[in-house]
Amino acid sequence: MIEARGLTKKYGEKTAVDDVTFTIRPGIVTGFLGPNGAGKSTTMRMIVGLDAPTTGTVTVNGRPFAEHASPLHEVGVLLEARAVHTGRSAENHLLAMAATAGISRRRVQEVIELVGLQDVARKRVGAFSLGMGQRLGIAAALLGDPQTIMLDEPVNGLDPEGVRWVRHLLRGLADEGRTVFVSSHLMSEMALTADHLIVVGRGRLIRDMSVSDFIASASTESVRVRSPQATELRELLLGKGAKVSSSARNELDVVGLTTDEIGTTAAESQLTLYELSPVQASLEEAFMELTGESVEYRSHTVEESAA
Amino acid sequence: MSTLTEPRHQPAAAAAPRIAQPVNFVRTVTSEWIKFRTLRSSWLVLLAAVVGVIVIGQLIGYNTGKSFSHLAPEDAAPSGVMQGYFLGQLLIGVLGVLFVTGEYATGMIRSTATAVPRRLPVLAAKALVYGLVAVVTMVPTCIVTFLGAMAFRSHYGHGSSLGDPGNLRVVIGTGVYLALIGLLGGAIGWIVRNTAGGISTLVGLILVLPVLFEVVPGTWAKSVSKFFPSNAGSSFVSTVHAADTLTPWTGLVVLVAWVVAAIALAAVLLKRRDV
Repeated sequence: MIEARGLTKKYGEKTAVDDVTFTIRPGIVTGFLGPNGAGKSTTMRMIVGLDAPTTGTVTVNGRPFAEHASPLHEVGVLLEARAVHTGRSAENHLLAMAATAGISRRRVQEVIELVGLQDVARKRVGAFSLGMGQRLGIAAALLGDPQTIMLDEPVNGLDPEGVRWVRHLLRGLADEGRTVFVSSHLMSEMALTADHLIVVGRGRLIRDMSVSDFIASASTESVRVRSPQATELRELLLGKGAKVSSSARNELDVVGLTTDEIGTTAAESQLTLYELSPVQASLEEAFMELTGESVEYRSHTVEESAA
Repeated sequence: MSTLTEPRHQPAAAAAPRIAQPVNFVRTVTSEWIKFRTLRSSWLVLLAAVVGVIVIGQLIGYNTGKSFSHLAPEDAAPSGVMQGYFLGQLLIGVLGVLFVTGEYATGMIRSTATAVPRRLPVLAAKALVYGLVAVVTMVPTCIVTFLGAMAFRSHYGHGSSLGDPGNLRVVIGTGVYLALIGLLGGAIGWIVRNTAGGISTLVGLILVLPVLFEVVPGTWAKSVSKFFPSNAGSSFVSTVHAADTLTPWTGLVVLVAWVVAAIALAAVLLKRRDV
């Protein structure tokens, strides 16, 4: 269980996390979604006490992280930035971490095998690929058999097999009743992995809802209509209570009416239709739309810049 | 139906014995010792310091023994053969910096700070581990250096024994001095959090600043200069007492005060700053 209340972090003038409140519950996988620079990593750093909040509080299993007697047993963390000395072997890194909590050498071997690093465990971490580094980070996170697992972009740099393995692992941990909190900037990944979503943009909380609700609310169907008499048709459809927008000449995007209703309306007034097709917004588009205004660095299309 | 959707609150390991125990200082020290001994650079730099101090000592012993009558008093003194510590303090000091800044350079500090989130035990454990390593390696190194160098000098009839007045203080003191410079390096590492900056600060403090103060005209600069860590330390590890320097034991007290102050500042900053 992670509880953030009014969590705010300012770096000088810049507000990285802005009054964020949420509760991450055990037994499910909670996705932490937002574009790069939205404040996900900063929030996670505050949860484990690496950064002190400017205002607000965050507790893990009812207490500030630093006040737990055995922190590695409370929260296992994988932070996005590498957090391993490159001159040490994977095994020695884990042994050093394990020593702080009296964790046995056997447990170290166990997590090495669990993440599939047994062949390279004695090699220096500096020679590791990004994917191997991620696996080592996950091994370190699992070391203390933690109640809460918090992973920042865990699938970064993993091959498809590795991505599936992480998904399976997270699901298993949640099924065991643990709290699983995992960040990503990819909606598609979250749709497959998470049960619940916390969406942030520019440091602000945008959504806190289940993935199924998010998908339901996101997949608003619209209908694309092309007609030489688009202007007249538009008036008729508006009269029927539809929402109509236009992205090109003679083209309408209609929300709120089915293709059947639009076709019938056109026929009644003897308007010609060139195209009548349902369009389903993808999750990625829904996510883009949600966070569109809160993306910090965006690329402008030519039209946008010209406008 | 609700049993299926209700999140289960039973931790998987509830029945099994706990895998992780509470963090304590002994465990933190063990962790830091593992960290120290599993880096190749630790042993390479230590080896360089041991070999450097001993070899330089033997060369000085041989040369000063041969031309003993032409020597300046500080070179002729028994402590003269210990002057390899000038190299030794750089190596031990830099290793002290690296033991800390290596964690910042690689991001390891984030793992460390999540494993021991109270942070101050880490600072104390690192200082303890490194201080002990430095004492255990450097005190014997200094004894070997002295005995070897004095064997050369004895050959020319100018030997001095460990039992002669002041010699034991100087020989063991040189090892202790090196360990204290190592701790100073570590404290600077915590304060600066950057390898290049840490090494520059250390070298500036123990080598450059004292020299700059030496060349300033007037007496005030010299009366300040003797309080710098390296000058205070050299008063402690010398068998001759030059004018304008501290007495040996005052020198030690001043050096220890520097180390304590630097560690205290490091502790305040470590607790206050974000990792």
